[in-house]
Amino acid sequence: MLIELLLAASLVAAAVVFFVPNEYAAKVATALSLVPVVGSLLMYFNFEGSGNALLAGAELGYETTMQWVTLGPYTLNYHVGVDGVSLPLIVLTTILTTLAMVSAWTPIDSRQSEFYGLVLFMEAALIGVFSALDFFLWFVFWEAVLVPMYLLIGIWGGPRRKYAAIKFFVYTNVASLVMFVGFFALVFGLGDSVTTLDLPAIAQALNAGELNALAGIDPATLKLVAFVALFAGFAVKVPVVPFHTWLPDAHVEAPTPVSVLLAGVLLKMGTYALLRFNFTMLPDVAVANAEIIAIFAVVSVIYGALLALAQQDLKRVVAYSSISSMGYVILGLVAFTPHGLGGATFQMVSHGLISGLMFMVVGVMYNETHTRMLGDMSGMADRMPVTAGVFVAAAFGYMGLPLMSGFAGEVLVFLGAFQSTAISAAPLFTGIAMFGIVIVAGYLLRAMQKTLFGPYRLETDYDIGRAPLQDVAPLVVLLLLVIALGVAPNLFYEMIGDAVAPMLSLGGGV
Amino acid sequence: MMPLQTGSLPTWTALGPALLFALTALVLFVVDSIDPDSDASGLLAGIATAGSLAAAAVSGWFLLAGTGMERTGGAIDLFGGQVIVDGMTLFFTFIFASVAALVTVASYDYLADHEYQAEFYSLTLLAATGMSMLAASNSLVTAFVSLELLSLPSYALVAFLKHNRGSVEAGLKYFLIGALSSSVMAYGISLVYAATGSLQFGAVAEAITGGGVLDSGILGVGVLMVVGGVAFKTASVPFHFWAPEAYEGAPAPISAFLSSASKAAGFVLAFRVFVVAFPLDAIVGTIDWALAFTVLALVTMTLGNFAAATQEKVKRMLAYSSIGHAGYALIGLAVLSGTTDGSFALGASMMHLLVYGFMNTGAFLFVALVEYWGVGRTFEDYNGLASQAPVACAAMTVFLFSLAGLPVGGGFFSKYALLAATAEAGAWLLALALIVNSALSLFYYSRVVKAMWIEEPSAGLEIDSYPTGLYAAVVVAAVVTFILLPAFNPVSSTAVEAAAALF
Repeated sequence: MLIELLLAASLVAAAVVFFVPNEYAAKVATALSLVPVVGSLLMYFNFEGSGNALLAGAELGYETTMQWVTLGPYTLNYHVGVDGVSLPLIVLTTILTTLAMVSAWTPIDSRQSEFYGLVLFMEAALIGVFSALDFFLWFVFWEAVLVPMYLLIGIWGGPRRKYAAIKFFVYTNVASLVMFVGFFALVFGLGDSVTTLDLPAIAQALNAGELNALAGIDPATLKLVAFVALFAGFAVKVPVVPFHTWLPDAHVEAPTPVSVLLAGVLLKMGTYALLRFNFTMLPDVAVANAEIIAIFAVVSVIYGALLALAQQDLKRVVAYSSISSMGYVILGLVAFTPHGLGGATFQMVSHGLISGLMFMVVGVMYNETHTRMLGDMSGMADRMPVTAGVFVAAAFGYMGLPLMSGFAGEVLVFLGAFQSTAISAAPLFTGIAMFGIVIVAGYLLRAMQKTLFGPYRLETDYDIGRAPLQDVAPLVVLLLLVIALGVAPNLFYEMIGDAVAPMLSLGGGV
Repeated sequence: MMPLQTGSLPTWTALGPALLFALTALVLFVVDSIDPDSDASGLLAGIATAGSLAAAAVSGWFLLAGTGMERTGGAIDLFGGQVIVDGMTLFFTFIFASVAALVTVASYDYLADHEYQAEFYSLTLLAATGMSMLAASNSLVTAFVSLELLSLPSYALVAFLKHNRGSVEAGLKYFLIGALSSSVMAYGISLVYAATGSLQFGAVAEAITGGGVLDSGILGVGVLMVVGGVAFKTASVPFHFWAPEAYEGAPAPISAFLSSASKAAGFVLAFRVFVVAFPLDAIVGTIDWALAFTVLALVTMTLGNFAAATQEKVKRMLAYSSIGHAGYALIGLAVLSGTTDGSFALGASMMHLLVYGFMNTGAFLFVALVEYWGVGRTFEDYNGLASQAPVACAAMTVFLFSLAGLPVGGGFFSKYALLAATAEAGAWLLALALIVNSALSLFYYSRVVKAMWIEEPSAGLEIDSYPTGLYAAVVVAAVVTFILLPAFNPVSSTAVEAAAALF
């Protein structure tokens, strides 16, 4: 019942906050969002599941199945449950939502009740995405994320917000349709052997080789076509180069708390779906085309980092860095080794925390200075020491400093990718990807050097000083979480490893 | 449960919803004749709404009780088989009654300070009577008479704003094209009669399957002409030209009524005539109407959506998008030849029409609300409305995204059901067209959302009154649209069961 409680709590909170007067909305929303946080932590501490949600022999946590709708030959169920892959992401979602809301107190100064209502609605949808196990239910949540995001960017965004919002909406919705078609090619190809859209049932039927020809296309080709459609659909969300162009626009225009959620959780929807659909349902296609996917991953790593290196806008630096970091996740997934799959999932959580933290830092600095240009800022370390300290720590986390969660994630991914037998030239790919770390260090050091150090020279007609406590507090909490996961990766890694282990026996993986 | 009409109630009560509509219309006339000069608009709207709600409740009750359904002994024949009551009749009557109730509630504010309010409401209810009789018609003659009973009040209602040139012009156009298509259809019916010697659907079908057709060429022309009449009523290409004009010029609640309920009435006629009277496997040698409907569906959805994407006025955009939706609903008939059991395909169309009844009515009623405020008609005029009326704009957002097929309302499921029907029949071209059109429709629907929520309000935008009736109708329609997402199962199972009875 805990999943339903989480969904209901955030939906009810969204409705309540929508009607609360603007001046109280922020506090009421933040207080109400603590219910999902507590709920998800309860889920975490009482979790007794094992195995992978989509594969045989899994013991799911908090599972509920109810018949929902009968549509022609198919029965759609309300089926939710969590395994070791989805639970960490749900915990990430609830915690990051609350922190993002606190970080919104300062910058969001109009139409607050709508803002917080939409954020809470989106939280419900995100929890749904990570817990739904029926395709239709999952798709409902998946698409439901788009609407609040579109409005959040469009209403509270920067000067080019309308363009960015429409671009985000059209890009990701077209991607969803492509993915939808790909998935239904599989469902119709399975024919009469599957009469529900239950994801575990479909995954197991596909892995048992029950796919038939459809409309004159033989099963092998059908699998490949569906894989490509699914991959393209999810790659936009991740985003993988060259499907990434919506991301910098959306990030730069979005207000800080929305950027936090966009980078922290929304991008994970893409990699989570890749893991669930492409790599669990069609592992043989993934393994057969591992090199091509690895090329996508490595190009994203290097190209994203180089783009970040070239930016003058601090927020763009962080935005492009996400492309690079998510490339590691793809590389880890396609490696199909225990450390690769586990590290990739761990990296999703870790990147969610660190990139959210970085965006918050940028937001706090922007609140004080009203600029994000590297060339304008200088010597901020003196004026806002705590923020600067968090910035340095977060940057080190991003670069993979030991005892930070980024280190654990990246090491595991590299280890996994290096050992991969799925990718034929695994050491080469891993080596190139590891070189990405050097560029990451480059652009982060450059960003820090330009903004934090050197003489103070920003000329404003007001005094720039320490950020208020309400701005800094979420930074510190997030940093503590990053360190906690870095010191003790097993907080999540054990359950992740347990959930991805059954995937290894699939499709000729190692 | 005991079938009501064989147990506790006499059989004629199966026509209860239609009778309630007619009775309410008459009560309205009586009230008006007692005191013609009164301005008791609340009373009139109240009677009309109560009548519609009663009709909705009775049809809903009959649906749940299984009146006329297979499981309770099959369809109820009345008046020598001229009229029939089965699941499909009740399903569609429920749509008409819900839409009528929403429209009459909303009209209370919209009609404030208008003359002839009693006539407005009674004409609306008479049109609804025609619709529900159409849903119950089992012969070409009763169908034609019901169609006229539906059409004549509609013409008058479109031209109701008689001091407004747009409204009068729209009414005139609608009337002329309507009269033309009625005569085409009447001619088609006479040809069918000439070829088969019968008018009752079942008897026509017997003549066709049993070899009793005198001249199959005449029959083919007759069927084609009936297709034309149906295409007019459902606003399908190429008989759609009246629709944008009429919807644009008509009072907005009437636009809602015509584009949701009247269109559904056209579809129920089409379903029954083509499935029961002209069974496909028997008539396919003479004329392949499934092919005709495939072409009609493809052209209608594509043309409607592309035209909608280029509009500058919201109401006109909705009018064209409603043509696009007619194209979607035609899929039910178009894929019949490809499926082994047509009940799912037909049921999918019925599901879509039911959900559409709420979401499209709601969208037009929102336009009525905006017209009531005197804000304007273009997308720009909608700028920043959400800052003044967030609840109504949230409702409109639900309607638009549900129309586009996003999972915020029942439109998501009904569209998926249509897609599944095309896939089951292997009609990949139709499936592709449906997907592409849905993607396109999101573009123009989201323009309204963007205008309402994201754009800055123009300087003069000031909304000072929040009309109760209109607001209530819009919010109720939004709530139902949304609830139909988690609670879609009753709709889908009833629709499929009702459709199965036709085969």
